[in-house]
Order: sequence, then structure tokens, then C-alpha cells
Amino acid sequence: MERFVRVSAVAAPLELPNVDTDRIIPARFLRNSRGAGYGQFCFHDLRVGPDGAEDAGFVLNQPAYRDAGILVAAENFGCGSSREGAVWALAGRGIRAVVAPSFGDIFHENCLRNGLLPVRLPTATVAALRQALCAAPGATVTIDLPAQTVTGPDGAPHRFEIDAFRKQALLEGLDDIGLTLRLGAEIDAFEARHAAEWPWAVPCRLDAGVPG
Amino acid sequence: MAGQTMLDKVWTRHVVAPGPGGRALLYVDRHLVHEGSFHAFEMLRQAGRRVRHPDLTVAVADHYVPTARASEGSVAPEIRGKVDELSRNAGAWAIPLLGPGDPRQGIVHVIGPEQGVTLPGLTMVCGDSHTATHGALGALAFGIGASEVEHVLATQTIWQRRPRVMRVWVDGRLGPGLAAKDLVLHLIATIGAAGGAGHVLEFAGPGIRALSMEARMTLCNMAIEAGSRTGMVAPDETTYAYLEGRPLAPRGDAWARALAVWQALGSDPDARFDREVALDASVVAPTVTWGTSPEDGGPISGRVPDPAAVGDPVRRASLERALVYMGLAPGTPLEAIRVDRVFIGSCTNSRIEDLRAAAAVVRGRRAVVPAMVVPGSGLVRRAAEAEGLDQVFRGAGFEWREPGCSMCVAMNGDAARPGERVASTSNRNFEGRQGPGARTHLMSPAMAAAAAVTGRLTDVRCLGPLPDR
Ligand code: SF4
Repeated sequence: MERFVRVSAVAAPLELPNVDTDRIIPARFLRNSRGAGYGQFCFHDLRVGPDGAEDAGFVLNQPAYRDAGILVAAENFGCGSSREGAVWALAGRGIRAVVAPSFGDIFHENCLRNGLLPVRLPTATVAALRQALCAAPGATVTIDLPAQTVTGPDGAPHRFEIDAFRKQALLEGLDDIGLTLRLGAEIDAFEARHAAEWPWAVPCRLDAGVPG
Repeated sequence: MAGQTMLDKVWTRHVVAPGPGGRALLYVDRHLVHEGSFHAFEMLRQAGRRVRHPDLTVAVADHYVPTARASEGSVAPEIRGKVDELSRNAGAWAIPLLGPGDPRQGIVHVIGPEQGVTLPGLTMVCGDSHTATHGALGALAFGIGASEVEHVLATQTIWQRRPRVMRVWVDGRLGPGLAAKDLVLHLIATIGAAGGAGHVLEFAGPGIRALSMEARMTLCNMAIEAGSRTGMVAPDETTYAYLEGRPLAPRGDAWARALAVWQALGSDPDARFDREVALDASVVAPTVTWGTSPEDGGPISGRVPDPAAVGDPVRRASLERALVYMGLAPGTPLEAIRVDRVFIGSCTNSRIEDLRAAAAVVRGRRAVVPAMVVPGSGLVRRAAEAEGLDQVFRGAGFEWREPGCSMCVAMNGDAARPGERVASTSNRNFEGRQGPGARTHLMSPAMAAAAAVTGRLTDVRCLGPLPDR
């Protein structure tokens, strides 16, 4: 996973609340293997009309924001489907962080596993940040993970919270399967206890079920 | 000290090891995979890792399977290929598979309870957000992304922070013609699409006890559309009656032992909840959505709202955008909205009770727009046929399809055309969900059936007597 320490990038304001993961990447693109490059699918149906022409009104199509590395969004960003492709699409387009008042839970989790930093800030702070970015198209925002701050065009830092475990993993680019596999003995012990106490719970041999 | 919630009990039971930052490594009792899980299998292979517990994993083909026998040959090869890839991965790792041709095949969240894969008190995950459905039986079940699917395949565990619990207390009973779908759309319209964020919704109260198992599944299924992690209902006699005799439900002594545990699973009377919401089911009206978020819903007697009346500029802009996408003018009575197509199916509403409710409306009438019924599983389809429901639907001009996700997500090629307005029993009315440019109105099976026979959004309670024949 790509490390995240300190990122300064052009930030794009996205005013829509409830941006669902179907909008971030329409379902029809999910059959592609990751090698296809998911960045090209990012916000596809918002960027490109049914006739194949770019929608000049969409923020990421505007020259000042085209190469944005940070999104400043509204409430409930990334709600809906669990598709991790939504995160791959954003990351593939070079988005390193999304700042919003709230996120879809599964999307939030998926971000953290892909080196994309989801930052929660109070609604009013995020609204002011979006406004500042609209007023100064192409302005830069800096996110400092060790210090846990977001600094907008006005230079004032806003502190955000993140759990220590995820912060460390992002700083070091750690994949947590490796960490979990080191707990093999604990998992074995749990399985032995579980099988003895809840024998009906394991195993689940579907093949042995009587069809129909 | 306060008593424990149901979530506390299931959670504590499954902690393998405490982790940093308030996390815990939880054991996963059941892992459901589907065609979309191919990404995780690819990642697992690239990392040189193995599937730890094929015997706790179940593979189901649903998202990409064709639902029309006739169209099987014409399915695009890259769609067909996703089903084959699932079969290959299941074969390579000896994971039991319910694939096309298996009489039990269907939507993963219909199959789990139906086969007894889902049991009270278990932890379950699947790379699909509607895994929440299984919470109806008292399981802790939630959707995860591909990286987490890989993690579960490799370790049979998952790192989680304990969610908070919001108890949704329901008094009263749903009126005639009403269904769990109306109740949950009403709830989401009330608390909002992010109203449950960070929480598990525990549905409780006399109004929930009165619901059938399948109705509870509809409710938990859509808990995720309120932004919550999942939904749960404490197991009771309805749950046990539903489960007993299912292929994978415990039997004999094992059943008795399990039952003793399940009976103690519900939240303690003195348990404390992080949030409480109360609803009265008896005042809920048939509810439909008019916008592009599941929270954009209201009673069928209502009208499309006016953005000019919304103070918050972000909300106003979003509403304006939704109405443009939906092709609706502010103030339009919902009952005046004409539909082009009707879809009855999805993991929300494709079980036998759903099909019965729709058939009761359709019987003796005719669909005036293209309409299709996609049963949730092969077993649901057969049960419906045994009751003659297929004849009711076919006789009324509906298509009677093979099981799968179909037009809920339009991945298998069953899509609405751009601009088409669909009365749908599925769970998401997002832009493009049922095909690029498709306009979705969410509602119950009975309401979708009513829309099919009138060609517009219709209060099913006001359909009037059957036409003379
Ligand atoms: S029916 Fe729809 S919501 Fe349910 S699992 Fe399939 S695609 Fe997902």
C-alpha cells in the first residue's frame, strides 16, 4: 500500500451530498481487472455524458481542478455499495485524500486499506473550505498526517482525528494481513475453543445439504 | 453495570485478539463470496496466500448471471466470464459453490437464510453491502471491500472497531397493503441516508416481533441505506420456526444446544443503547422514493418537493440535480408519475412472501408496461410455481425470470434504457444504478405490482375491485 505522510495538492470542491459509490464508479466497469487502470472510470458518468462528450460543468473537468489530488466533498461521501473499485478509481486518478463531514462506513474502511486518506472535519469547516476553493480555483491544500492537520488556502490548520492503528499503517504503508498472520496461534486457539463451545457453528458444509 | 446489547454479546464471543486503537480481531463464522469477489482472489494469489477455511466459505453466482434462458447465448462474453471465474476460483480452493444450474442458486442474501448458512449469533461477512440482510436472524453480518475479503479468505478473521448501537423501537402494526419495505423507506426518510452512520441498527419492539422472518430480512437489508453498518433483530420463536429443518441448521442435540444460546442472545432489559429512535408502524403509509437517494421518499399521497423551499444551499442544489435527473417537476403529485417499466426482485424483495404480495395485486389484471419478476433463488422460483404464481404473473403479461440480481444493479445486462422510469422493489435509486440514465422509484412488491397494472405510481390500497371478467 502507498504510504501517506504529507500531501500538498490542488484540491477540488465537490458540493454534492450523498455521493454514492455507483457514482464514483458505475457498476459496469467493475468487471475489469485492476490492471486495466481504474483511474479512467473515476466519476465516469458525471464526467462524460451519454453522447461521450465531457460535461464542462463537472468540477474535475475544469482546467483548474483537473489534476486535483485532494477532494473536498459534502456529507455521506462514498455511501452505498461496498465496491473497493470506488477507491481504486479515485486513487488511480491521483486523488490521495478526501475531506468530508462524513463518509459511508465501508468506503471509509476501503480507503484506509489503499493509502487514500479519508479526513472527517466538522460540516461548517468543510463548507468553508469548499467555498475557499471555489473562490480560488486551483488552490492548494496540505494534509499532514503526523500532525493530523488539514491546511486550506487561508493557511489556518484544522486538526482531525484518526485512530492510531490506521495512522501507523498509512504512515508505513503496511498491509494488515501480514500483521494478522502473525497472530496465527491466537486464531488456532480461538478455533479450538469455538468448535468445542459452539459445535453447531462449524463447519458449514453446504455440499452436504440436501438440494431442494 | 448496564446489561449487554445483542451486539455486545455476539462481538465479545468472537474476539480473537484485542488490537491497537480500540480495534479487535474478530473471527468470521461465514464468508459469502460471489462473482465480484474475483478481485480478492486475484490479490490473494498475487500475494501467494491461501484460503484458510474453504469449509466456512460459500460461493454463490448472482450478480452477473443471466436471468433469461433465451438470452444466455447472447450474454456478452466478459459478463459470462465473471461467472466462470467464480467457478474456477471455487474449484481451485474447494469452496462449495451454488452456481448456474444448481437448483439452489440465487442471490447470496436469499440463499444464506434459506439454506441455514445464516444462524443467530454468528459473524458473517461478504463483499456486498447488503450482507446486513442476515442480521434479521440475529447474526452480526456486514459488507466489506475487496481487501477485507482477501483478509478473511487468508485468515478467517477481520479487524473491526465495535460500532455503536441505535435501537429502532417499533410499536404498532403495519396496515393492510403495507409491508416491511414501506416501514424501512419511512425510517430512512426520517433519519436520513447517513442517519445510522457508525451504528448497528437493532430493530426491536412489538411491531418487529409481529413481522415474519422474510419481512425482517427486508428491513435489515435496507439498514445499510440509512448509512448504518448493519441491522439486527433478536431471534425469537419466528426465527426458530423459520430455521428448523433448513439444510445447514443444526439438528437433534446440536439444535437444543444452539437454541439455549440463541434464547439468551437478545439485548438485556437493562442494556444501554447509544441512540434510540421510535416509530409507530400503524401510521406508515405506502412509501415511494422520488429522488436519487433512498432518503428521498415519502407517502404515495405526497408530492415531489420544491427545492425553492429548502434553506441549506448544498441540499437545495442536490435536490435540484435529483429532480433534473429524475425528470420531475416540483409539486407533481406522486400518483401522477407515469412509469415505463416494473422490476420485482433483488435481495430486498424477491422472496416468496414478496411474490405472493405482488401476485395478489396482479391477479385478474394486466400489466400495461413491460414488467418482470426475478425470484431470489431457484427454490423461491419453484415454490412460487407450485402455488401457480408464475401463471398469475405470466397471465398478466409479466416476464418470469431465472434467479439473480438482475436489474437491481444491471451488471448482467438486464438494464433499463436511458431516461426510462422504473418502479422497482430493489434497494438503491442512485443515478445510473439500473442502467445509465435510468430513473428508479423504490417501493414494495405490492406497490410495484400496482404500478405495473396502472402504468403510474399508485396507492395499492386504492386500486379498487377487480375488473369484471
Ligand atoms: S440483488 Fe442487488 S443489492 Fe442485492 S446482492 Fe444483488 S446487486 Fe447487491
